[in-house]
Amino acid sequence: MSILGALLRKELRIELRTLEAVPGMSLFAVTTFVVFHFGLDRPTVEGDLAAGVLVVTLLFASILGINRLWVADEEQGGFDAMLLAPIDRTSLFVAKAIAMFVYLVVLEIVALPAFAFLLLEPPIRAELLLVLLMANVGIAVIGTLIGALAVKTRARDLIGPLLALPLLVPVVIGAAQAAQPLLSTAHHGPAEAKYLGVLGLYDLVFALVAYAVFDPLLED
Amino acid sequence: MSLRALSTATVVTLTGAFALVFFYAPNDADQGFIQKIFYVHVPMAMIALFGFVAGAVCAIQHLRTRESKWDLRSYVFIHLSLILGVGVLITGSIWARASWGHWWVWDEPTLVSFLIVFLLYACYQPLRFSIEDRARQARYASVFAVTAGAFVPLNFLAVRLAQAYTHPRVFATTDGGLPPKMQLTFYVALLGMTLLYVTLWRYEIAAKLARGRVRALKRKLGGDDRIVVGRSAAPQL
Amino acid sequence: MIADALPLDEAGKYVAAAYLVFLALILIYVSIMGVRLQRLQQDLDELLELAEDPGSQRPAARAAETGDPRTGTGAQR
Repeated sequence: MSILGALLRKELRIELRTLEAVPGMSLFAVTTFVVFHFGLDRPTVEGDLAAGVLVVTLLFASILGINRLWVADEEQGGFDAMLLAPIDRTSLFVAKAIAMFVYLVVLEIVALPAFAFLLLEPPIRAELLLVLLMANVGIAVIGTLIGALAVKTRARDLIGPLLALPLLVPVVIGAAQAAQPLLSTAHHGPAEAKYLGVLGLYDLVFALVAYAVFDPLLED
Repeated sequence: MSLRALSTATVVTLTGAFALVFFYAPNDADQGFIQKIFYVHVPMAMIALFGFVAGAVCAIQHLRTRESKWDLRSYVFIHLSLILGVGVLITGSIWARASWGHWWVWDEPTLVSFLIVFLLYACYQPLRFSIEDRARQARYASVFAVTAGAFVPLNFLAVRLAQAYTHPRVFATTDGGLPPKMQLTFYVALLGMTLLYVTLWRYEIAAKLARGRVRALKRKLGGDDRIVVGRSAAPQL
Repeated sequence: MIADALPLDEAGKYVAAAYLVFLALILIYVSIMGVRLQRLQQDLDELLELAEDPGSQRPAARAAETGDPRTGTGAQR
């Protein structure tokens, strides 16, 4: 556990110092809301449109973060250092995934108020946070795995999103459908449990799969 | 089973299946003659999905044993399933056009799920192509194949849930009582498609193995400089 | 029974198109295999030349030095 803690602290400290991923993701999200305003030609959105705009924006902002997640390790020899150290390689995966989760939470801390301010009509309800947190787990797991896969290929900025987007479709489905009643003024109600179930199942399955297959990615 | 026997069985079964489709199976009550597309579209879809999962299983074996034969098998499974996938999407689109007038419908959850799965696996070969080192290429491809294989059932579940109460099933002939004549035709078509897939799989494996051996012979007889092995997405033995 | 088989109206065209797509896929695959087979035959012809006259190309001695007959079995790192 202490190794995991050390790795995680390293990730977060580097991010704090270099500010590579999170500010870019947050700014991207806010700008995308503005773009959506012009693209949709609406002053406010609600209901399924709001859910769609929010989830898709967060998804694309996450893709930016995924692209940056492993780049520093690849370019500055972090991978080799990891291989030389006598530690379990999957703890690197867990540390990165938790870090990605933290970045996504920070992203949402910025993006949600911006969304409410710029585009959203009904007020944000607490249950939305649960939906987004569950979606974050899925995005973090898949993003970390695919990021590690993509960083060592030649077309890394392209391959990463191409692989991650189809894989994240169930997250989009679950999150958008769950958020939809939460963001409606007319028919608002609680999120449907089955979509939370889909998100939960997705998170569980892919956390296990990623944990199992991550090791071979790091061999030289 | 020898390749010749397999090929003969494939031809016989497929021809028999198509004969059944056009001369034996009755026309569907709602969809009429258009429903006949079902007998080629659905078996292709089922076999393609099986192939993706089989590719994942072979990938697991490759990661466990690191033998390149498992990587080759995984590759061929996925490659063939992609080809079938193109057929599934095109025939599905034709079916949609004939039934609804649109070249694509979002109402049919299995078709939509299949599109997503197809888009995912379409990245398999570009991924392989972008990694030059053979061993790493095989390893990374296997990691991807396992992840994608786990994704397939989850994806179908998620898409189906998203559509369940809003849209009625359009091509609902697969569940809920096919009349026995149609069932027989369907199963024969499914068998024919399976045999076709297995036959093509055997052919492709044999072709790749043969090419690998010819290359090895060339290297041995002619010296290393005669071989210029370019980058390739396919596993090379 | 034959009368049921092929109404050549609108529906028939779509069904025919679908089955033709299936057929086309198989034929394209077979033709690609055919091209590969041709290339294999060319390679084998070259090999036959090399086997009969090893001195004409790079010396076989070089191949014997580096020669690992199982050169192609995957992970070498």
